[in-house]
Amino acid sequence: MRKVFVDVIVKYTKEGQKIPITVIWGDGRRYSVDRVLDVRPAASLKAGGCGIRYICRVHGKETTLWLEDDRWFVEAK
Amino acid sequence: MKRVILHSDLNNFYASVECLYNPEIRNKPVAVCGSQSTRHGIVLAKNLYAKSYGVKTGEPIWQARSKCPKLVVVRPNYSQYLRFSSLAIDIYRRYTNLVEPFGIDECWLDVTESTGLFGDGETIAERIRNEIKNELGITVSIGVSYNKIFAKLGSDIKKPDAVTVITRENFRQKIWPLPVEDLLYVGRSTSEKLRKVGICTIGDLAEAPGGLLSSLLGKWGEMLWAFANGYDQTPVSKFEDKPLIKSVGNSLTTSKDLVCDDEARILIYVLSESVGERLRKHNLKGRTVQITIRANDLTFIERQAPLSSYTFTTSEIAEKACEIFRNVWDWSKNVRLLGVRVTNLVTADDYVQLSLFPDDRSIKRELLDKSIDKIRSRFGHYSVQRALLLRDRSLNANPVEENVIHPVPYFNQPLSN
Repeated sequence: MRKVFVDVIVKYTKEGQKIPITVIWGDGRRYSVDRVLDVRPAASLKAGGCGIRYICRVHGKETTLWLEDDRWFVEAK
Repeated sequence: MKRVILHSDLNNFYASVECLYNPEIRNKPVAVCGSQSTRHGIVLAKNLYAKSYGVKTGEPIWQARSKCPKLVVVRPNYSQYLRFSSLAIDIYRRYTNLVEPFGIDECWLDVTESTGLFGDGETIAERIRNEIKNELGITVSIGVSYNKIFAKLGSDIKKPDAVTVITRENFRQKIWPLPVEDLLYVGRSTSEKLRKVGICTIGDLAEAPGGLLSSLLGKWGEMLWAFANGYDQTPVSKFEDKPLIKSVGNSLTTSKDLVCDDEARILIYVLSESVGERLRKHNLKGRTVQITIRANDLTFIERQAPLSSYTFTTSEIAEKACEIFRNVWDWSKNVRLLGVRVTNLVTADDYVQLSLFPDDRSIKRELLDKSIDKIRSRFGHYSVQRALLLRDRSLNANPVEENVIHPVPYFNQPLSN
């Protein structure tokens, strides 16, 4: 597993929450986040990192996004 | 009421953080070491694999490599460690506001008042252990007891990723067989004295007659005896209460040995600049200057002398430190480390004893130093330098920003009697 930082379009709610809307891959492919299923602080042992973990449904599949110090990353194969 | 104290120790802290961020070295022996080129090349932390090869904290890299040729050496990343340290404290603070850090990787927690909400000490410790593991990806070992000393000893008994409970009923089985050196404040010279009279374990110390200990160690003897018996009553301080500053100091191991007064003078100025800047930042003045000298054979001495009045100006501190240095050091050995510290502190705008023969220059020097601080805060530390420091650039450094992990004393207040 590799740690890959990605661009993310984020909605800031008026309560101050950050909700990822679209993940933009390095090659420009865009994936819209259907729904955020779970948000909690967590470590990523596979990619090596620590921050807020977002479990999301993207195109019907469960994916994990991490927010670490204002940067977003995913665990890539 | 019976207190419930936790002592939480992040296991192999520096090495664990490095292994979290570099999954490829996770299953190899890893040691976090300072830079060899600046002669900070000692093992600061190691993981469990390195430990199994006998690699010890504090030994030089070559010695560690001779025990474990495949050792992966990584450089420390202090800002990352400080981030993890404060993330861990955030987790502790979910359970209590009484969190007292002891160094970067250890904390005491007083959860007496929280047991009604979250369950007994062991339950809280287990929750903290799990949360640290899941949220930070590193492990912690926690000691649960009714005083800070036993909690600290407990956190060392089983690790990593474990909880140990020391109660009034089991401390004789769990604490007393431990070697006396494990106890806080039993260093090399105290342990030598104790071992000479046949005190080798904490249990021996606890059962020693009171008169023997105080004749051997003075009032510290009674205190250690109280520690060994679980009579320590020291409170866990609130996290918000910053400990009272009792001294301000910096020390530095140089990249090459110092061989003459001139070089020592340069380093003393580097250190005094930092000490002065920090005194001024905290609005403190001091009246005693202490210096620490470690020779290249690793022996070390400390000497101090009083100033004529309270000061926070760099040049007064530095000149006094140079004077002490010249008086005590005969250059029979070269110098590896120098430290400058100012103690006997008062707040800077406090009333001061005026001198009969006032020195106008000291006010000018204060204003000058404050102007320099302002310039440095805008343009960086190296924007204004003393000409003296140009004579040997390799000795220059900025301890204010580059040397920020400070040792912590166990007693924040002076001991009563």
